[in-house]
Parts: sequence; C-alpha cells; structure tokens
Amino acid sequence: MDAVAYVHDQLTGKRDYPPFKAGDNITVNYKIIEGNKERIQSFKGDVVKRQGEGFTATFTVRKISDGIGVERLFPLFSPNIDSIQLNKAGKVRRAKLYYLRGLSGKSARIREKRV
Amino acid sequence: MKGIIGKKIGMTSIFEPNGRQTACTIIEAGPCVVTQVKTTEKDGYNALQIAFGEKKEKHTPLPLRQHFAKASTSPKQFIREIPDPSLEKNLGEQITCDIFQEGEIVEVVGTSKGKGFQGVVKRHGFSGVGEATHGQHDRSRAPGSVGGSSYPSRVFKGMRMAGRMGAERVKVRGLKVVRVFADKNFILVGGSVPGHNGSILIIQN
Repeated sequence: MDAVAYVHDQLTGKRDYPPFKAGDNITVNYKIIEGNKERIQSFKGDVVKRQGEGFTATFTVRKISDGIGVERLFPLFSPNIDSIQLNKAGKVRRAKLYYLRGLSGKSARIREKRV
Repeated sequence: MKGIIGKKIGMTSIFEPNGRQTACTIIEAGPCVVTQVKTTEKDGYNALQIAFGEKKEKHTPLPLRQHFAKASTSPKQFIREIPDPSLEKNLGEQITCDIFQEGEIVEVVGTSKGKGFQGVVKRHGFSGVGEATHGQHDRSRAPGSVGGSSYPSRVFKGMRMAGRMGAERVKVRGLKVVRVFADKNFILVGGSVPGHNGSILIIQN
C-alpha cells in the first residue's frame, strides 16, 4: 500500500456519516468548547463541495443566515464533528456549486432528488 | 545524540486531541545498520557510522563491499555519521525508528530543494530598488549598489548577489515526533522538513 494511504488508514477512526455529496442538504452537529464547557452546535445548509481525499478531505456547507450567505468548511475526519444528518438529497449537475454564491432567493434553491 | 537515516515520503495532516488539524511529514526511517563504531582512542572522536537502503552487490565497489562485510550486512545505499552516540550500539547492530518516542523533540537534516539561479529578492530577501511608478521601470527586483567607487575600487567579498539557490544542507530544529509506526518504519514529524519527496534525511536529537 502507498505510504501516505497507509498512514491515513491507521489514523482514520470509524465515522459512520451518511453518504452525502454536493447539492445535498445536511445538518452538521459540531462540538464547540467555551471555557471548559463543551456543547454541540448545528450548522444546516447545502453542501457546496467535497474536496480532497483520505484523511485530509473536507467539505463546505452553505446556508443563508439572516439574508447573508454563510459558508463553513469542515474537515471530514475532524474529531469536533459529532454527527451529520442528511436532510435532503439534491439534484445538481455540478460537483462544485460555486454558482450558488451569485444567486439568492428562489433561484438559489436546489431541486430535490426523487427516488 | 541518537540518530537514524530516513527517506521523506510526503506530507499529510493529523488532528490533535483538541481538534486542531496540524501538518506533518511522513518519514520512512530505517532500519539502519551500524557499519563502523568510531572511538576517541582510534579515530579521535566518538561517532556511529550507519547505513540505510538496499543496494545491489554488483553496483558496489570492492572496498565498500568489504567494509559492509565487516559489519556482516548487505551493501547499503546511504552512509551517514551520527556524532557522539548516546545509543550504545555494536558493529552490525540494527537501528530502528523506535529509538524515538511520540512527543520527543528532534532535528531533521536534509538537502533543500534546488531553486536554480535566483535573483537577490528571492535569494537574500532584498526589497528591490525604488517604486513601481513615478517614471521608474525595471528596478523593482534590482540589487541596488554593490559598493563605493574610487574607494575601495572593488566589490567586497561575500557581497550578496544573484546566483544558485537551494540544494544545500539544511537543519530544522525543534520538530516534534507525532507518531511512530514501528511495524512500517514510519515516523510522523510535525511540520515540514527540507527537500523533495524521496530525499534522504537524518533524524536526530
């Protein structure tokens, strides 16, 4: 096995996230530490992209907060991520949804994938 | 001082217990063989000569083959010396990466990446001359004056100028051993180390 892949394999803990991709609507529950107290905060939005591979992979979630677009980038294997919920699977034609940044309101919606 | 020869594999990142993601370098360290023990009585100083990496016998000159035969080992590719060995080792003994523990502070010696012929701005951190506008041109990366005129009528030795940059011995100190994978001879060192992937390093402390 490739050496970098081996090290990633050794470091990667078991994370049972639902499989999600760009366009999906997810909720990320992540831990934040305030002083010495730890609590869980959630960030709900659309996945703009998944980037990287192995242990260093990240994903970006975009939401509209009080009319202002907010994007947050999470490392996929961050120990600070408590859980991820898949709310809606989106139907998109791109792997990176950067075009959402230029849109707002109705046009920024993502069609839901019907199974 | 204890040390081992290694090969830079590449970089990745790991998570600290507090959740911070930090960059680290994977080094394939050892196993090395002690090919000569230098002592004050015999050589004037204390050192361990260690060798790393397999090499074909037919590509090894006879004197080297005999040198390796003294340590009863196969020919090796790279030979380096570790000064003042605190590690008591005998001729022919193996050194593996588990001489380092997690959390230990080490220094890594390597050969930096060659940058080719570079100007003074990149090579010595000069700021260039003058401004970008106000009628000036072609001066933003210039070295400026290199000395006086009639006195001293020459350019002083050691004046920093453009030239070949990189591909020189560099030591990085204060790096932390993050993980040791003893079964695969991998050491994970926090931060970056000199050289390109596959270059030969000495890890010591």
